[in-house]
Amino acid sequence: MLKSWILVGVGLLAAGSAAAQEGGIALLKADTDITNTDSLQRGARNFMNYCSGCHSMKYLRYNRMAADLKIPEAELQKNLMFTTDKSFDGINSAMPADASTWFGKLPPDLSLIARAREGGADYIYSYLKGFYVDKSRPWGVNNLYLQASAMPHVLWQLQGLQKPVFKPGPNGTGGTQVELVGVEPMTPGTMKPEEYDQFVRDITNFLDYAAEPIKAKRQSMGIFVILFLLVFFVFAYLLKKEYWKDVH
Amino acid sequence: MAARPESAHPASGGGLLGWIDQRFPLSQLWKSQVSEYYAPKNFNFWYYFGVLSLVVLANQLVTGIFLTMNYKPSSAEAFASIEYIMRDVDWGWLIRYMHSTGASAFFIVIYLHMFRALLYGSHRKPRELLWIFGCLIFLLLMAEAFMGYVLPWGNMSYWGAQVIVSLFGSLPWIGASLVEWIRGDYYIADATLNRFFALHVAALPLALVFLVIAHLMALHEVGSNNPDGIDIHDHEDAKGHPLDGIPFHPYYTVKDMVGIAGFLLLFSAVIFFAPSFGGLFLESPNFDPANPLQTPPHIAPVWYFTPFYAMLRAVPSFAGTQVWGVMVMGASVLIIFFLPWLDRSPVRSIRYRGPIYKIMLAIFVVSFVVLAVCGLKPPAGIYPMLGRVCTITYFAFFLLMPWYSKLDSFKPVPERVTGHA
Repeated sequence: MLKSWILVGVGLLAAGSAAAQEGGIALLKADTDITNTDSLQRGARNFMNYCSGCHSMKYLRYNRMAADLKIPEAELQKNLMFTTDKSFDGINSAMPADASTWFGKLPPDLSLIARAREGGADYIYSYLKGFYVDKSRPWGVNNLYLQASAMPHVLWQLQGLQKPVFKPGPNGTGGTQVELVGVEPMTPGTMKPEEYDQFVRDITNFLDYAAEPIKAKRQSMGIFVILFLLVFFVFAYLLKKEYWKDVH
Repeated sequence: MAARPESAHPASGGGLLGWIDQRFPLSQLWKSQVSEYYAPKNFNFWYYFGVLSLVVLANQLVTGIFLTMNYKPSSAEAFASIEYIMRDVDWGWLIRYMHSTGASAFFIVIYLHMFRALLYGSHRKPRELLWIFGCLIFLLLMAEAFMGYVLPWGNMSYWGAQVIVSLFGSLPWIGASLVEWIRGDYYIADATLNRFFALHVAALPLALVFLVIAHLMALHEVGSNNPDGIDIHDHEDAKGHPLDGIPFHPYYTVKDMVGIAGFLLLFSAVIFFAPSFGGLFLESPNFDPANPLQTPPHIAPVWYFTPFYAMLRAVPSFAGTQVWGVMVMGASVLIIFFLPWLDRSPVRSIRYRGPIYKIMLAIFVVSFVVLAVCGLKPPAGIYPMLGRVCTITYFAFFLLMPWYSKLDSFKPVPERVTGHA
């Protein structure tokens, strides 16, 4: 029995050491919290003001969002619903169908973006902080975390502009080549850096919530399920011990 | 009309049970299969995975029925209907996570169940047919899981189906028309989704349930093996009951309850706290809808197929065709069927085998796990070479077995089972 476990252990260890880390620029930590309703409310407001013009969120209904985020119905109708007057509708954008000719592609629906991208919330947070000036791109900006991204830097007035930081690195054939390693501030925006970080953190948090509205409830429910099963496990074990007393 | 003599139904009493027993062998079945089915008393931890696969099967059938009530098998609606289940159907998220986590759990318990057989020689005579039924279940399970994975119609569903179905295209002569026949169209499309749905919810589960019944009937015909790999029926008491056996009920029903509770603890931990399991159980590209124009950055099958996928990729194309890799992958599954005849050792259990088998089994386990990792990674860096080496050691475990299993040194096998759980 012990030997069998050693076998399995050795296998897992071998697999672990084989799984070497891949390169690339490390994502920033989003540090979001889906149980923070204030942050989610701010995120919803930011999303409606800055994102929903182009991006839909069709699998999230307005009234579901209002209920989960404790937003009063009147507030919802007045300040957050721009494309419909039916609160059971999904969140649609105001994009016309031919918008793909503006950007090269239609702005994607963001209902599930936090689950569809590797890195989840960290990726979105990094992406929203990753725009830098690049004259070769149609909108004058590129993104550190998604090269050749089709999205313009919608929040540039808030953040200001960033410029890329290059560093010489090996090119693989013995020489050197310039490598993009990060971004640094170029011109200031209307927000202080900490304010901008919190602004995009709230949007990230809201997108994380939207990808799975049940998540917070699922986790809090899980604790009770696990507790119940622990008690069940103990009683099942005691029952087994009682029955097996006469097996020698 | 003459009534049949009461003695024909020795088990029958009065009341409802008596009424049934005169018409259906209920008490008799209960006795012969459960309350007087004698199982060895020394089952250890590894013997939980049989009953756990039954638990997972039941979970998949029940949650599957409820998912079917709200799922739309159409390429236009499938993806949205999954989100409808996740967001609008009462408890839909729980049912869906139970089903998606259950798929991975199924392979975990089945792999450990099969590993148990490698440890204690459970596939050896007279249990060859039992083993073959089990292998068929494994094969059908792979088909069932593959088709189920296509149903959410996410981008990985689409491209996974594209890759796997096109494997058949490498077969000589019939390949191209076979692929068309499987897809029902010139590409993976609505027709493919519809037929995969039919197979996933009706044909394959039905076949699986029949095979599981056959597997259990074969088990109860020959009796369970045990960690000592010896026959408990060699030593029986005056009534013909094995001295080292205990009735399945109540002893193993209460014991299995502990195992099931332990399993449910882990299962619930995943469902409630990590249903995507870091992108292994639910892969991130599958949260984008199927898009024939956009290939995911890296197409990999779900983790439970990756050892076999890695073996497929390990074989280079030769003479202008990829069919060799497909053949190696097919062989890697089919070779498992022949295990009872490849193993020539005079003892069943690893407890009484020498170092050679233990080393080979260790190499096999390591190869399998490394192959699983290789299959998840893009074919770059050390992975292709690692995949090739492990493909060779995977097959060596089986193909060299007729020799090394005989060569080994053996310890004397005890007359009676040692210890009990």
